[in-house]
Amino acid sequence: MYTEKVMDHFQNPRNVGEIENPSGMGTVGNARCGDIMRIYLDIDDQQVIRDVKFKTFGCGAAVATSSMATELVKGKTVQEAMQVTNKAVMEALDGLPPVKVHCSLLAEEAIHAALWDYAEKTGIVIEGLERPRTDISEHEEEEEY
Amino acid sequence: MKQMIYLDNAATTRTRPEVVEAMLPYFSEYYGNPSSIYEFSTPCRKAMSDCRAVLAQSLGVKANEIYFTAGGTEADNWALTAAAEACAAKGKHIITSKIEHHAVLHTCQYLEKRGFEVTYLNVDEAGIVRLEELKKAIRPDTILISIMYANNEIGTLQPIEEIGAIAREHGILFHTDAVQAYGHVPISADACGIDMLSASAHKFGGPKGVGFLYIRSGLKLGAFMHGGAQERRRRGGTENVPGIAGMGRAAQLALLDMEERQQKEQQLRDYLIDRVLKEVPYTRLNGHRTRRLANNANFAFQFIEGESLLIMLDMEGICGSSGSACTSGSLDPSHVLLAIGLPHEIAHGSLRLTVSAENTKEEMDRTVEAIKAIVQKLRNMSPLYEDFMRRSGGEGRR
Repeated sequence: MYTEKVMDHFQNPRNVGEIENPSGMGTVGNARCGDIMRIYLDIDDQQVIRDVKFKTFGCGAAVATSSMATELVKGKTVQEAMQVTNKAVMEALDGLPPVKVHCSLLAEEAIHAALWDYAEKTGIVIEGLERPRTDISEHEEEEEY
Repeated sequence: MKQMIYLDNAATTRTRPEVVEAMLPYFSEYYGNPSSIYEFSTPCRKAMSDCRAVLAQSLGVKANEIYFTAGGTEADNWALTAAAEACAAKGKHIITSKIEHHAVLHTCQYLEKRGFEVTYLNVDEAGIVRLEELKKAIRPDTILISIMYANNEIGTLQPIEEIGAIAREHGILFHTDAVQAYGHVPISADACGIDMLSASAHKFGGPKGVGFLYIRSGLKLGAFMHGGAQERRRRGGTENVPGIAGMGRAAQLALLDMEERQQKEQQLRDYLIDRVLKEVPYTRLNGHRTRRLANNANFAFQFIEGESLLIMLDMEGICGSSGSACTSGSLDPSHVLLAIGLPHEIAHGSLRLTVSAENTKEEMDRTVEAIKAIVQKLRNMSPLYEDFMRRSGGEGRR
């Protein structure tokens, strides 16, 4: 059901992890629907994304789109990173099953949310960037076993 | 690909070689239509009556109370719609549970659109119907109670005998979806007060596409498939003779070695459950610890999502299933896991493993090792796990 590229990025996800004191960090999706993505950005003074890391709770497509999205924005300027749309992520993965298209949207939103955080912290205006629409309730009740 | 480990026997079972052998003559040798009058079709009729006799005996009922269908879903659809129609003059209220298979739930929704009222009973945290709640739900216009014998996801066995007694006491028809239970646990239609029972051959070593509905004699249910005189005019269509021959043989074998199989499956299941719960932190067993099918284990692994887990298990050659939304084709995880009170994010991380007597302890060991490695890998990339570890100061509590 998944393309070879999706399976590759799922099995060997690129840029998994966290960044200490990130320039920007964004989390989108919610546990209710089964997908949460978090992106960390390390951006230098030239507004170039030096490093990017992600953490994802979700299906194979969610992991693969996060991984691909981080690859696509790495080394780009923040303005260039805005070109990394869900379509770009999907194309880079040679497509997704129709029911998984929302995963690529989530990946785009996760990047935007991290950029928004960076823009808010620095006061830098990123053209075309809007406040992230989805946000998770960070501290949902957790179950203890 | 590594040596496959098949742990999805609730989805379907391997057709037993003896069953395949029993079916073969009815394809190209005895291919006659059982409805034809000539001698050539006699073996076909005999295969059907032999199967009917085996099934009837297994439930302690009469052969003319067994009706062949194309499987469990058809049997459920037939039982519910025909019973509803037959009793509509008496009342239009039906009682079922929230954890039924969709073959029952969606048929109930269909009936709701046609003027019937349905009460969906809650279950306790182990997935068992509460008898008090059932009694309270009964109304003067209640015509049918449909409660599954054993749940397909978490394997919970329902108090069928008590439910049957309650139904009988109130003069209400009782249907049970026994698709997961038939051939795996002994069932007595009479002792359990069952009026209708659905079963499917491929869940007990038989072929796919064939099943049956038991309808207690005296119940005037209408036909579900219109078109011919087959099955006492209640189920038109030329019978699936090879399938029926296979189902008969499968039932025969399943009854013969039921106890032995149950014991072996239970040993494997308990070994698997014990190791997983002991060795994988933040994990729970869904369903009842003991009142469950001998072959069923269902886990919830916190902080991870089921489809990812399934794909990674598949890469290790291990076949399982999950109640996560991604595998159900909707945004919501399994209705069964939600009904037993699991929060969404935990229900998404469920894994169902259903063993067969053909599995081995070594396979359980390989499975546990694979689960441990995969769950840890997925947790390491999970933002939920990251948050949890941060909150608990990096020290995992159990």
